[in-house]
Amino acid sequence: MSIKGKAYIAGAYEHPTRLAKDKSVAQLHAEAALGALRDAGLTKADVDGYFCAGDAPGLGPIAMVDYMGLTLKHYDSTDVGGCSYIAHVAHAAEAIAAGKCKVALITLAGRPRSEGHSGATPRMRGADAPDTQWEFPLGVATVNAYAMVAARHMHQFGTTAEQLAWVKVAASHHAQYNEHAMLRDVVTVEQVVGSPLIATPLHRLDCCVVSDGGGALVVVAPEIAKSLKRPLVKVLGAGESIKGQMGGDVDLTYSAGVRSGPAAFAEAGVKPGDIKYASIYDSFTITVVVQLEDIGFCEKGQGGRFVADGNLISGVGKLPFNTDGGGLCNNHPANRGGITKVIEAVRQLRGEAHPKVQVPNCNLALAHGTGGLLGSRHGAATLIMERE
Amino acid sequence: MAAKERAIPAPGVNPETAPFWAAAKEGKFLIKRCTACNKAHWYPRATCPHCMSETTEWVESKGTGTIYSVSVMKRAPEVYAIAYVTLDDGPTMMTNIVECDFDKVAIGDKVQITWRPTQDDGPPYPVFKPA
Ligand SMILES: [Zn+2]
Repeated sequence: MSIKGKAYIAGAYEHPTRLAKDKSVAQLHAEAALGALRDAGLTKADVDGYFCAGDAPGLGPIAMVDYMGLTLKHYDSTDVGGCSYIAHVAHAAEAIAAGKCKVALITLAGRPRSEGHSGATPRMRGADAPDTQWEFPLGVATVNAYAMVAARHMHQFGTTAEQLAWVKVAASHHAQYNEHAMLRDVVTVEQVVGSPLIATPLHRLDCCVVSDGGGALVVVAPEIAKSLKRPLVKVLGAGESIKGQMGGDVDLTYSAGVRSGPAAFAEAGVKPGDIKYASIYDSFTITVVVQLEDIGFCEKGQGGRFVADGNLISGVGKLPFNTDGGGLCNNHPANRGGITKVIEAVRQLRGEAHPKVQVPNCNLALAHGTGGLLGSRHGAATLIMERE
Repeated sequence: MAAKERAIPAPGVNPETAPFWAAAKEGKFLIKRCTACNKAHWYPRATCPHCMSETTEWVESKGTGTIYSVSVMKRAPEVYAIAYVTLDDGPTMMTNIVECDFDKVAIGDKVQITWRPTQDDGPPYPVFKPA
């Protein structure tokens, strides 16, 4: 069974807050849910499926379903870190195709900025995880795990700090038009490589923002999508995978995107060259370079050259990406960038992106992300959507 | 090099990994090898990650290798280097590089095992220094 054409994204909402000292995490989830349902023209009474990940407070989906007062026929709390919500769209489409539900709500929210989180602090990812005793004591944080990927990519393929910087430069060109973006100043390659080194070879401006906030999506059955007033955004294909250290056969040059990307393209029946707009998870500049290679936008090792010279800037380059400013400039709610990737792709397909960054006749878009640490073990999810 | 080193938290030892940490106290660096597929792996498991055989055994590693990737964490109270080292015995493992020049440590450098004490009277922890 394929999910191609079996479900539509009818509602999408990005919470405008970037600092939510006066709100709870559950409240942010509910506010995002309400925003997405309003966007779709639906109400809580229509929701019969709910999807969330580890940022949802409480045990799996239980607490948030009770908090929002939902009555469900289907749930899923798959957690693969930041890309969970991209996978959730696919899982919702699968559930809809199987007749398990008709209106699936996906929410994300968190307040890492209010809580003082930093990607430079080693974070325990489960005391009982089998890898924890071998890695946590070493001081593996988020930024230095990704930095090891960048160092190896530079060593093996000749990728330069300047090429990585172009990813941030492109994001900043887009963020200048987003009134909600945390960082709206356009930056240059020189400013990125001149910013302080955090974990070599990554600079401060190679890193995404830390922001509070949230987002939500509503995925519905075709007959419901066609009864609503919003433009039709159809799910065409999806892929997911997980990659780790392979028992010590460590290879940091590629990610699980080498499996999720081709699976999504095969299901959708389209090629990378057909994609008009791409949302690519940009936890760090290197994340984008590796992902673009892995899902097939360029050859392995050519990602640095591909992103250079403005190739990701809308209206300038061949592959407009993250036109909201992405995680690098706009928003990274709950330290998880997956949902905002789908939301901006939906805006582009609807023609509702900012006019300065809207891709003309954007009928085919991709959202791709990774979750966990690219430098140790991670999940990947790819989603391809079409405007009908 | 005389700078204060980052303190290493004690690892959470469990029954599956206790022999490794017991040997570490004797200064021995063990890795796991599978007797079914004959391949070594890291981190050590009871079940081989290559072929899923349960017939894995502890073997002493030479403790020498080459840096596969390395990043120097600048934004920390004590600067430190996190790395992957490919052991001459086969598997690549995450570790720290110590007693090195943080401005010069690089991929391809030859390194050898050394040990650091851990907090809360934990067992010594395997790290690497220039060979
Ligand atoms: Zn084996």
